[in-house]
Amino acid sequence: MKLTELAVGKSGVITSVAGGGMQRRRLLDLGFIPGSRVENVRCSPTGNPTAYLIKGTLIALRREESDMLFVKML
Amino acid sequence: MIALVGNPNTGKSTIFNTLTGMRQYTGNWPGKTVLQTQGFYRFNNRHYKLVDLPGSYSLLPSSPDEEVARDFICFARPDCTIVVADAACLERNLNLALQVMEITPRVVLCLNLIDEAKRKGISVDILSLSKELGVPVVPTVALNNYGIEDLKKTIAALVEGKLECSPRRIEYDDEVERLVEDIESHINPIIPRSLINFRWLALRIIDGDSKLLEAIRSYLHLEGEILI
Ligand SMILES: Nc1nc2c(ncn2[C@@H]2O[C@H](COP(=O)(O)OP(=O)(O)OP(=O)(O)O)[C@@H](O)[C@H]2O)c(=O)[nH]1
Ligand SMILES: [Mg+2]
Repeated sequence: MKLTELAVGKSGVITSVAGGGMQRRRLLDLGFIPGSRVENVRCSPTGNPTAYLIKGTLIALRREESDMLFVKML
Repeated sequence: MIALVGNPNTGKSTIFNTLTGMRQYTGNWPGKTVLQTQGFYRFNNRHYKLVDLPGSYSLLPSSPDEEVARDFICFARPDCTIVVADAACLERNLNLALQVMEITPRVVLCLNLIDEAKRKGISVDILSLSKELGVPVVPTVALNNYGIEDLKKTIAALVEGKLECSPRRIEYDDEVERLVEDIESHINPIIPRSLINFRWLALRIIDGDSKLLEAIRSYLHLEGEILI
């Protein structure tokens, strides 16, 4: 499933990063690397952006970005 | 000239203020209208100019702040670059450290927030880390001065050539390495080798980092179309 579909308070493991080029590279640089654990910590009222805990830091992603990440729920 | 880089909130400015005694001023680096904090300190009768850069996750910038950091490391070519890392969050912080090591030969990894790491039950094997990376690693707690003297000594030793530093080079797969070699040979007549790290630039060209090429044109004052 997409990271976007991970509910607040739930955790998953990243399975793949879609897309290509600099956008994909950016997500990897932010720590969204396959095999990493990620938690949806909170989201803004509209759900966009959403704050994820990844490798010890909270990172806010826009929906276009979280749509590129695929996770397996834990 | 010494540069401080690191992920956001790792204590760069605290280290900057400790080293300089807060005698910093905000300077304008020629070339672009970017602001960064500069200051000075003395150690063993030598004058060091220190530059505090904005927090950054990557040398492939996605914000103006990150661009300032990238441009400085890439074009101002500091004599030594201190990567300030959060000791409690090492994996994340090493991404930037490895990128900096890929572009510049003299790097110190400053493992800050050691007190926080200890509180979380994390201890780091400094010697092994230093061996793995090929650069000196100095543990610090910027808030109470712990390790700051060591940091100054390490910087001095690197700048004076008394300490060898050989940042571990990341080897890519054969296809990428072949491309790098090919692109490097094309850069060679266009840009002088003294101005930029060719291997790093070749890798960025493979990434398709077109904004970098614009930055190169403006910083290095190259005329016309660069590249290939
Ligand atoms: N416990 C502890 N706190 C620290 C240490 N070093 C810095 N801090 C605190 O961490 C916070 C961030 O420090 P800064 O120096 O502003 O971090 P920075 O890297 O300059 O941050 P950006 O410029 O935003 O990237 C401040 O509240 C500091 O007081 C340390 O070694 N231990
Ligand atoms: Mg700062």
